[in-house]
Amino acid sequence: MPYRANMMVCAGTGCVSNHSLELKQALEEEIQKRGLTDEVQVVPTGCNGFCGAGPIVVVQPDGIFYQLLKVKDIPYLVEEHLLKGRPVPRLMYVPPEEKTPIPKMNDIGFFKGQMLVALRNRGMIDPENIDDYIARDGYRSLAKVLTTMTPDEVIGVIKASGLRGRGGGGFPTGIKWESCKKAEGDIKYVICNADEGDPGAFMDRSIIEGDPHSVLEGMAIGAYAIGVSQGYIYVRIEYPLAIQRFRIALKQARDYGLLGDNIFGTGFSFDVDIRRGAGAFVCGESTALMASVEGRPGEPRAKYIHTVEHGLWNRPTCLNNVETWATVPVIILRGVEWFTSIGTGDVSQNPWGGSKGTKVFSLAGKINNTGLVEVPMGITLREMIYDVGGGIPKGRKFKAVQTGGPSGGFLPTELLDLQVDYEQLTEAGSMMGSGGMVVMDEDNCMVDMAKYFLTFTQDESCGKCTPCREGTLQMLEILKRICEGKGVPEDIQLLEDLSHFVIDASLCALGGSAPNPVLTSLRYFRDEYITHIRDKKCPAHICRDLNVYTIDPELCLVKGHGCGVCRRQCPDSAIVGEKNQVHNIDQELCKKCGVCLDVCKFDAVKVA
Amino acid sequence: MDDLAVQTYKVQEIISRWGPKPDLVIEMLHDIQTEFKYLPEQALNQICREVGVRLATLYHIATFYNAFSLTPRGKHQICVCMGTPCHALGAPRIVEAIERHLKVKCGGTTEDLKFTLEVSGCVGTCGLAPIVIVDGELHGLVTPVNVSKVIDRYSD
Ligand SMILES: Cc1cc2nc3c(=O)[nH]c(=O)nc-3n(C[C@H](O)[C@H](O)[C@H](O)COP(=O)(O)O)c2cc1C
Ligand code: FES
Repeated sequence: MPYRANMMVCAGTGCVSNHSLELKQALEEEIQKRGLTDEVQVVPTGCNGFCGAGPIVVVQPDGIFYQLLKVKDIPYLVEEHLLKGRPVPRLMYVPPEEKTPIPKMNDIGFFKGQMLVALRNRGMIDPENIDDYIARDGYRSLAKVLTTMTPDEVIGVIKASGLRGRGGGGFPTGIKWESCKKAEGDIKYVICNADEGDPGAFMDRSIIEGDPHSVLEGMAIGAYAIGVSQGYIYVRIEYPLAIQRFRIALKQARDYGLLGDNIFGTGFSFDVDIRRGAGAFVCGESTALMASVEGRPGEPRAKYIHTVEHGLWNRPTCLNNVETWATVPVIILRGVEWFTSIGTGDVSQNPWGGSKGTKVFSLAGKINNTGLVEVPMGITLREMIYDVGGGIPKGRKFKAVQTGGPSGGFLPTELLDLQVDYEQLTEAGSMMGSGGMVVMDEDNCMVDMAKYFLTFTQDESCGKCTPCREGTLQMLEILKRICEGKGVPEDIQLLEDLSHFVIDASLCALGGSAPNPVLTSLRYFRDEYITHIRDKKCPAHICRDLNVYTIDPELCLVKGHGCGVCRRQCPDSAIVGEKNQVHNIDQELCKKCGVCLDVCKFDAVKVA
Repeated sequence: MDDLAVQTYKVQEIISRWGPKPDLVIEMLHDIQTEFKYLPEQALNQICREVGVRLATLYHIATFYNAFSLTPRGKHQICVCMGTPCHALGAPRIVEAIERHLKVKCGGTTEDLKFTLEVSGCVGTCGLAPIVIVDGELHGLVTPVNVSKVIDRYSD
């Protein structure tokens, strides 16, 4: 680093929405005003993953972490830290329920338990500057592969590393590459799946926004190994910044001769085009995705025709996830031994034997440290939630963690010591999926969450096959009925039967996994279903049709002085009362919309 | 030039940007959607003629993908994040509050064509959940009560 200090300003989506760009400008102005321009550099970076603490600035090389910054803090920060060399404790992170600030990023619980492989350049580079990537060993793996390794050797390394797909299924990447290489045909393709359909995950977006070249380099290595000269990246339209960053990366790589004809003078040619997804979850599925790249509606086809042989335009095609591609260059550079030393199981005989390396998770929901974390495979759920995640806020009780998104399931307290790897998650009825991890506490209703996921998959079911289209619809109807207090005891059995039918008979894995949230909630939280059905009660008070709203007369009068806000806001005129007097809810008229609860500032509205 | 002529001209420009290649029609539709905020019927006819994709296929695509709309959307797009974390932290109540405030159903557009209300999957800032995005600007930690103020800032 030619500069004495680098101010790494997080320019991820979360921090930008918290005005980090204004912060960056203020920093630059202040640095100029103080005559530090030659000594201190301001660098915008991708997401640090710790969005709840944003906007974030990290001062490198010391790794001092500043959070929740405001423009008005900047003059003081520059004066103290940069001029006088005194870091500013009051702008540092303080763990919940503690008092002492933690100056260094790597000492903060959230970052300490992490191990960055796919996210290796997180917060360290300007994603729009290829030189930053190159300065941190970028494109060295590609050079190594092109100049010193045969395609078979590359495949051998990836196979031996035990790398498995990070996009959902966990299929061994080396085996996929090998089949695609062996498949017949002169023209083949590689595709990067950046459709990121799981509604609770954003790691792929963060990788592309923060380090687009890592994905490009991985794709180029794969293309060389398989014998491909054209690649595609399929990015969902909801990620405009990712698309823009990837465009910039493509242009820079072409300008540097790292893409295009005759790369490094080795005779290997490869280029990548971007295709924008159009908002359909099913397009994350391999065959649907390829249909969409071909300009057709994204409907999947039967599984027995393999895309490694008959993929895009019926040609052999290798599809991998963003994180998978981004991991490849590191394996090439640091070697099989290093990679296999991380994680669970034994892959020396075959890549299915374990889960190696690291995985990125988006940790969110009822947890203190929400954000993106990359951890070694095999970490326990407990370590993840309590050490990295900092536990549940407001002293509430943990209830469940949902992994794998709409295809995954809920895991209860009893399974907190489960190790996070492909096999153990699947055994517990959930799955790795893309790495969404949503924590729920006692205020969440499991029936409602199951309904949420099924609403999503039902809505996204493409409609091509009947079991998925109609089966999920019927299941959803039953769940809605239960949440409305109209459930009958037979519903539970019916839900289970339908689930197995949908899993077995659906055309693609969308239907094949859609019932998982329902099945796991039935397996681990059956009591809650029974309470909804038998007692017509929702213990978490989420299913509003089962709630009874009342007004506590004392609070209403003493604290609120009969303010009347609830009466004016109630859409059904169900609240009666004179100004400055106690108010009351007419249970006959109440439609249970819950507005009164939302608007009462005095906590006088009670639910039971 | 009248409106239709302008539209024809712009669609022509979009087609030339991609070249009349049938496999790129989704890209063209994206650009048309961005330009006009929906897919006008004449634009689809034009693509059908110039690119050689059947009209039925175009309608299949237009209705299959959520990103496309066959009716005009509002001037301001409100999008409530319905990702799992936002949902777990109360996003459905936010949607209801906006529905009440604007008198519009989710997925619909207000009568004055000012606002369209929609939901999306995780937008990637769960630390600030629940999230509402208006015209691409992100607002975090919204509540059923303060969300109407957020929206009103856009009702020029
Ligand atoms: C309904 C459905 C949605 C999927 N969505 C995604 C997705 O958003 N991103 C992704 O990488 N893989 C997704 N997959 C998995 C892909 O089909 C495919 O297995 C994966 O992209 C392969 O890459 P990998 O081996 O590197 O994981 C989805 C699968 C299904 C059935
Ligand atoms: S779920 Fe809303 S931002 Fe992630």
